[in-house]
Amino acid sequence: MPERSDEVQRLTVSLHQPGPIPLAADFHCAAGELLALVGPSGSGKTTLLRAIAGLNRPRGGRIECGGDTWFDADRPLALSPQRRRVGLVFQDYALFPHLTALGNVMVALDELPPAERRRRAGEWLARVRLAGLEERHPARLSGGQRQRVALARALARNPRVLLLDEPFSAVDQVTRRRLQRELALLREEIRIPIVLVTHDLDEAAALADRLCVLHGGRTLQAGTPEVLFRRPASPEVAHLLDRHNVFTGEVVEEGGERRLAWGPWRLEVADGLEGRAPGETLAWYLPPSDVVLHRRGRPSRGERENPVPARVEELVVLGGMASVTLAFAHTSSTLSFDIATHAARRNGLARGEAVQVSLLAAGIHLMPAGSPANTRSGT
Amino acid sequence: MDWTALAVSLRLALFTCLLLLPLGLWLGRALATARFRGKPLCEALVALPLVMPPTVLGFYLMQAFGADTPLGGVWERLFGSGLNFTFSGILIASLVVNLPFAVQPIQRAFETVPSHLREAAWCSGLSPAQTLLRIELPLVWPGVVSALALTFAHTLGEFGVILMVGGAIDGETRTLAIAIYDRVQAFDESGAAAMSAMLLAVSFLTIGVVYGLAGRRRWRRA
Repeated sequence: MPERSDEVQRLTVSLHQPGPIPLAADFHCAAGELLALVGPSGSGKTTLLRAIAGLNRPRGGRIECGGDTWFDADRPLALSPQRRRVGLVFQDYALFPHLTALGNVMVALDELPPAERRRRAGEWLARVRLAGLEERHPARLSGGQRQRVALARALARNPRVLLLDEPFSAVDQVTRRRLQRELALLREEIRIPIVLVTHDLDEAAALADRLCVLHGGRTLQAGTPEVLFRRPASPEVAHLLDRHNVFTGEVVEEGGERRLAWGPWRLEVADGLEGRAPGETLAWYLPPSDVVLHRRGRPSRGERENPVPARVEELVVLGGMASVTLAFAHTSSTLSFDIATHAARRNGLARGEAVQVSLLAAGIHLMPAGSPANTRSGT
Repeated sequence: MDWTALAVSLRLALFTCLLLLPLGLWLGRALATARFRGKPLCEALVALPLVMPPTVLGFYLMQAFGADTPLGGVWERLFGSGLNFTFSGILIASLVVNLPFAVQPIQRAFETVPSHLREAAWCSGLSPAQTLLRIELPLVWPGVVSALALTFAHTLGEFGVILMVGGAIDGETRTLAIAIYDRVQAFDESGAAAMSAMLLAVSFLTIGVVYGLAGRRRWRRA
């Protein structure tokens, strides 16, 4: 790995255009950070990535990297892809089919003398564990090997930013996990902003330092996976992040204390009710980890907190874990959570059974009311 | 065998290929990669010589080459002579007639190159010219050779347009195809047979080259 100055190479993106693909995106990515752009198909993820690379030119906005302006619609200024020095791994890898693995990487090292180019390309292939396959053409490489050549080619030019467009979508699951682990290891060595586009939320949560949720070209929320998955900014974000336990409640005052009215229940909420006016309607979300199932005949931890009776609507056993869906008498919304299959068996959980759960006050996250149904997209 | 006619034909085919190569590359690539409103119209214009009767095309070219037309007038002012019944005239006619043979295979070849490859080359630091030379041309060359082979063979065999524009002036505009016609008119069947066999061999060789290259293209899809 060539030496790299440790100056701050922060990538700042602010792009706005009314069409043809509407954009209202603002995000940044620090050196050494991996930012995942997540969202359904057509949310503008790839458009943004291509704009950073200089492959398309939005109508308005700015892109800056490490103090240099790459794009400014007002000036107007738009550096060519060549001058931006980005490493881009395409979804289909876009390897040059007439060149060997080594030849593909050498293309990115054009500035060096030929002998040095060859040596460095060989080193890069070795770093992505492709030593011995230098002379193979892409057609004779497996999907995972092609992805590694594409990554080596993207990194060989000493890029200022690494852009990954769904880099793991074209390989099988075993290969995907291996490649993901390799990327996580590689990250420790490259101190540049890395932007990953993916529609796979698990992948984003596993690999990224921060997630940026996109919908219809708009950035809705950015934050660490923990924050996003526990504290989505709106029902729309919760829906896009595949969070199910979103309900509607009303702020009420009982005995001098604020409570969240949810049907007949008055829920205690640890955080966020202060400053809310009684009568205000709110959306609220409860992470599955903050649902406590009461054990039959024995008291459970936290069972005094917001106890609510329910009925098991669905019980799906997936190996060691069981996914439980509860229905309530007062609403058509359901509550889902996972428990160990043996715990489900021990508690005699079955479809139609009556149970009692506690909704932990610390887990209840309040959001402005909105209709998650409106955000539902085709995928 | 009319060696003078063969020399005229070869000279005409060679110049046609040389001049259509850059034009075909530019136009074929533009039609394959660019998106613009008048594209279907451009494609139709390029393909027009394929479906026009040669005598009709020849007639219009003859008209356009006249000294009182813009093209003929400019040419006469620049070079001091007209275009009709000259080698330059049949060369220009040949360029027009062969445009679809040169452009279409090149366009088809460029269409098979995914735009991602160009973009990957740019992101790797290659300029557009380097991208063309080092990434695109190595991928489209079978199409380029097909275009040249078809243009070459078609020029050798072109009859109607050349006859309309050039007549049959020995050493200037009488090509092999016209010489064959003249031989038949003069009841010299053995002369016509020798020259016909020559054209047959060239045509077969050309088509062989085209299909041979079509086979080479398979590795790209792997």
